[in-house]
Amino acid sequence: MVETFYEVMRRQGITRRSFLKFCSLTAASLGLGPSFVPKIAHAMETKPRTPVLWLHGLECTCCSESFIRSGHPLAKDAVLSMISLDYDDTIMTAAGHQAEAILEEVMTKYKGNYILAVEGNPPLNQEGMSCIIGGKPFLDQLKHVAKDCKAIISWGSCASWGCVQAAKPNPTQATPVHKVITDKPIIKVPGCPPIAEVMTGVITYMLTFDRIPELDRQGRPKMFYGQRIHDKCYRRPHFDAGQFAEAWDDEGSRKGYCLYKMGCKGPTTYNACSTVRWNGGVSFPIQSGHGCIGCSEDGFWDKGGFYDRVTDINAFGVESNADKIGMGTAGVVGAAVVAHAAVSAIKQTRQSRNKPGQDE
Amino acid sequence: MLSAQDMQEAAAHGRHVRAVYVYEAPVRLWHWVNALAITVLAFTGYFIASPLPSQPGEASENFLMGYIRFAHFSAGYVLLIGFLGRIYWAVVGNNHARQLFILPLFNRTWWKEVLFELRWYLFLEPDPKKYVGHNPLAQLSMFVLFLSASVFMIVTGFALYGEGAQAGSWAHTLFTSWVIPLFGQSQDVHTWHHVGLWVIVLFVMLHIYAAIREDIMSRQSMVSTMLSGWRLFKDDKP
Ligand code: HEM
Ligand code: HEM
Ligand code: SF4
Ligand code: SF4
Repeated sequence: MVETFYEVMRRQGITRRSFLKFCSLTAASLGLGPSFVPKIAHAMETKPRTPVLWLHGLECTCCSESFIRSGHPLAKDAVLSMISLDYDDTIMTAAGHQAEAILEEVMTKYKGNYILAVEGNPPLNQEGMSCIIGGKPFLDQLKHVAKDCKAIISWGSCASWGCVQAAKPNPTQATPVHKVITDKPIIKVPGCPPIAEVMTGVITYMLTFDRIPELDRQGRPKMFYGQRIHDKCYRRPHFDAGQFAEAWDDEGSRKGYCLYKMGCKGPTTYNACSTVRWNGGVSFPIQSGHGCIGCSEDGFWDKGGFYDRVTDINAFGVESNADKIGMGTAGVVGAAVVAHAAVSAIKQTRQSRNKPGQDE
Repeated sequence: MLSAQDMQEAAAHGRHVRAVYVYEAPVRLWHWVNALAITVLAFTGYFIASPLPSQPGEASENFLMGYIRFAHFSAGYVLLIGFLGRIYWAVVGNNHARQLFILPLFNRTWWKEVLFELRWYLFLEPDPKKYVGHNPLAQLSMFVLFLSASVFMIVTGFALYGEGAQAGSWAHTLFTSWVIPLFGQSQDVHTWHHVGLWVIVLFVMLHIYAAIREDIMSRQSMVSTMLSGWRLFKDDKP
């Protein structure tokens, strides 16, 4: 018999009171009104739990690290037990053939009904040799498990965009999940790592409502990636006032001025850091005095310095920024104009001397 | 030698015209409003990317960055609305009002004249030609450096604007929703919008220089044409 989420939680020793608290917290973090709390509770009491298979490709495990540190301990426990983690080669007890057997078992038993969560991405060069799972390239495992899944969650910037291992020149050809699996709905949860509450929020939403959250054009859940860091940053009044930290130890930096001139990517980064924050809402990078590096945006690793506001252009093999290119060209053209004007002036005087009174 | 269009005009006006009405009032008005808007956009845009030194005092007493951005966005709206108005006038206005938008790319004589103008600027031709409208080289540079660049700046600019205005705003729906994914991410849109600034700066440098130089050296009026609308020719030779 298949257990419901609620039964699993109770079996884990979670009281009904804590369970209801979890439901209201989840509703709040998903931006749903109080009327949704009983709906979430009801869904969890009656729905058979959906297994989640969690695969690891080329990655650093920061997503897992973030996930198990979810600020609300119950959310972590509940979600961890909910998703059963029938397979997660990093944190499960089983190993070797035993582990791979579990994978096959879940895949047959819940055919078309399990969720595949991917952390990291498959490298395609060297026949995938840069990432081997159970003796085979990760790409094989990914394709195999993706075949019968209901939906895929791409955890973090690795699975979503490629991230650091895909940085130029990308020797292993690390490739984000959506470029190798094209026939399944994919939910991207980018970030390096993504915020724990965002991760549990996305999973809970999918399990309780039995559908994937509303996504934007790039495949990210709108509820967490609909706004930029800059839109909700508590230093924003300093930005609007024109008060900036200009060096890491200057007066402005001590006063908590805006970090824009220090290369903060908050204005171009869609993530929930400035609202949800990190480590249970304790802080987030900007609050600790460092600009956002745009870790949840595509290609953030290849834009030159994290501390530049005007970032590099990598096109045409040159590495330079817009101002350097622009001022350089303007300088050359300016010099050309001056030279041209000088020659024109000479020509004009000569002509008027040679043919006096011609035109005037 | 005159271009095909100029021949027609010349014929229509009689052989020895010394003045032709070229730029109608809406075109002239648009030119100067547009020039002003672009100047404001270029300066404020530069200072958005590289802000002025920090303001002293409380945040609540200052709004410098806010004003600079406000000026940029207002000038952006002026640019857009002016541009739409200019397109309307290209449809209802005279022939010269269309020159900015349509390049006779398949006309061999036109290309020859582009080359001629290039040679004139390289001091390889002793005497300039007469043109009622734009000379072909000017037309080409206006299309490439000004028209395309302006459309690009309007599209990327309003895509960035829609980010602040947020999902649901017209700018977000019309531009942000597809421009940001097209470029990959917002920072790239910023970068290329910034490159656009320098393309426009190049156009303005060349344009103003050429306008003033032609005013002095060519056989027709230039700057005053954009003020009064009348093209005056300095001699009677064809
Ligand atoms: C003080 C500076 C400027 C002067 C003196 C000036 C002068 C002129 C003149 C004389 C013409 C007519 C050219 C001809 O007769 O063939 C013209 C056309 C034009 N100018 Fe300017 N200009 C100035 C600034 C600008 C700026 C800043 C822009 C925009 C970036 C601009 C964009 C244009 C365009 C697009 C045309 C073509 C008009 C049309 O066909 O509708 N100008 N300008
Ligand atoms: C000739 C036209 C324009 C020029 C030269 C120009 C220039 C610039 C420059 C240099 C930047 C800074 C980019 C960076 O972050 O590196 C900028 C930002 C921006 N521009 Fe423009 N721009 C133009 C037209 C427009 C238009 C039509 C709009 C639409 C309203 C617009 C809206 C914006 C916005 C929203 C930003 C970002 C502001 C921010 O991040 O705070 N721009 N512009
Ligand atoms: S610190 Fe960064 S996110 Fe915050 S207001 Fe400044 S630029 Fe925006
Ligand atoms: S503040 Fe920016 S760089 Fe830091 S975690 Fe959030 S999105 Fe990533």
